[in-house]
Amino acid sequence: MEQQLWIWIMVGVTFTLYIGIAIWSRASSTKEFYVAGEGVSPLANVLATAADWMSAASFISMAGIISFTGYDGSVYLMGWTGGYVLLALLLAPYLRKFGQFTVPDFIGDRYYSKTARAVAVFCALIVSFTYIAGQMRGVGLVFSRYLSVDINTGVFIGMGIVLFYAVLGGMKGITYTQAPQYCVLIFAFLVPAIFISMIMTGVAIPQIGMGLEGADGIYLLEKLDGLHKELGFHQYTSGSKSTLDVFLITAALMMGTAGLPHVIVRFFTVKKVRDARKSAGWALLFIAILYTTAPAIAVFARTNLIQTVSNKSYETLPEWFSNWETTGLLTYTDKNLDGLVQYVADPEINELVIDKDIIVMANPEIADLPNWVIGLMAAGALAAALSTAAGLLLVISSSVSHDLLKKIIYPKITDKEELIAARVASVFAVILAGYFGINPPDFVAATVALAFGLAAASFFPAIVMGIFSKRMNKEGVISGMVVGISLMLFYMMKFKLGFFGGGTSEDWWFGVSPEGFGTLAMCANILVAILISYRTPAPPKAVQLMVDEIRKP
Amino acid sequence: MEKPDNTYWRTNLKYLSILLSIWFLVSFGFGILFANFMNQFQIGGFKLGFWFAQQGSIYVFVVLIFLYVFLMNRLDDKTLE
Repeated sequence: MEQQLWIWIMVGVTFTLYIGIAIWSRASSTKEFYVAGEGVSPLANVLATAADWMSAASFISMAGIISFTGYDGSVYLMGWTGGYVLLALLLAPYLRKFGQFTVPDFIGDRYYSKTARAVAVFCALIVSFTYIAGQMRGVGLVFSRYLSVDINTGVFIGMGIVLFYAVLGGMKGITYTQAPQYCVLIFAFLVPAIFISMIMTGVAIPQIGMGLEGADGIYLLEKLDGLHKELGFHQYTSGSKSTLDVFLITAALMMGTAGLPHVIVRFFTVKKVRDARKSAGWALLFIAILYTTAPAIAVFARTNLIQTVSNKSYETLPEWFSNWETTGLLTYTDKNLDGLVQYVADPEINELVIDKDIIVMANPEIADLPNWVIGLMAAGALAAALSTAAGLLLVISSSVSHDLLKKIIYPKITDKEELIAARVASVFAVILAGYFGINPPDFVAATVALAFGLAAASFFPAIVMGIFSKRMNKEGVISGMVVGISLMLFYMMKFKLGFFGGGTSEDWWFGVSPEGFGTLAMCANILVAILISYRTPAPPKAVQLMVDEIRKP
Repeated sequence: MEKPDNTYWRTNLKYLSILLSIWFLVSFGFGILFANFMNQFQIGGFKLGFWFAQQGSIYVFVVLIFLYVFLMNRLDDKTLE
């Protein structure tokens, strides 16, 4: 019971804080609502960017995925951090110099076309919705595990809270709540990692600890490779995916990261162009703290897990084992009835099935850490899921009220009316996202990872070409975006959802997985855009001058 | 008027190509394409290719952005003088 009490205290205190901040920082103009009046303090903005970026997936699932796949999990580590280099060098400073509210604003003005803007709005909505539905589901899962309510009730509570501060505060409220959310989530992620690193290797820094010897004098990674070999898994440090696929998935995740509207919009909120570059650097530093700790947690947890359960008698397993068995995330079937746990790669003999999400959440229990750490984990996981959901919500509401309503349908709208429209749009977006959270259609799970492929195939090349080529025109970019996103959607539906005749991994084009296909779709986008732009007239003089202007210091 | 603008942009492109080459080398190069080769070398318990893929490339990314911030701030100041 004491553990439950700690969870309620940690979650209660942090939630009260978020709501208090939301009331204090509510938005009063569209500028405050969309880009926080461009006046957010740099530190708050950077922390918010990091919190916005690290979702429930980064917090709960990533270390688990790495733990089970070893080297193959590197695609997420490099992909979700390397994109920030592209952002800082190729996009953020120029978009800030351009100085509007949204990504479709840039596409619409740079390519002097309402069609281009409409295509961009469409892409932004597809990308953001696939992403947010996954977040609401994550909020529900965390609530149900830690607060013992059912998942749907969890989703409703999450909807209510996000709605409250996103609708009231807009970008300003979101930014000021995300800053403390970052602190909560990173603290919750680091504390158990540091404790466990000390226990296993005697060094408090997990990034170093994962490369050291355990208590028996053998390097942890070496031991893990050995254990994996013994049990028939692929080697931990080399992985099982083809080099080509690892390459393309990493590239798609990087380019997708740099093309995600809810990440880019962060750089519209800083005061100066200089700040946009610097913010990207600090944001990546804060993100890197979690991303370099995750592989260490993965190694510690994997070693611990195998040593605790493999070939041990079921009767003598520690208490956390049965705790997690009741959640159904961990199942044991004694196939050969010898009372021991056979945990091996061969599915015929293997008796233990472990959900990847357990790794981070059960980590404190496995390492026997105090109950307040478990309460902290609950608050951290919720902070991760809520902050990302709120950031996405804002992109959706501004896409509707600003890009669609003001810039395309009804240009005469006043600032006050637009603000009301933005708030109404976010209410509808929350309800829709909540609906998908409660009734997750199969495609949501399949498409969250693919949102990156979609962003890579549509936005990333369109924005980069808009900045680095003066010759790129509307005909080229529109056909490029349409070809890129359609190819990606087609490949995703064919191989993930079984439309258009479906297919297995045997039928993948050039052996490329749907996750990696975004890179190829992006190449197709660029190729089509260049070919068409040279056969059609150059952009007008005014647009070329605009490009010159955003390139100046 | 036209000329100094061009120098600024050219210098920027030069910085970009150098920094992005490093970006490519540490992640796609050391971490993926040459990972097997790099894995023959070891620092502590880390095989080098594996280390670049899960740790090293991320540290380099952070350094690269701050390097770009430094270079561009210096260039901005020089151009605006």
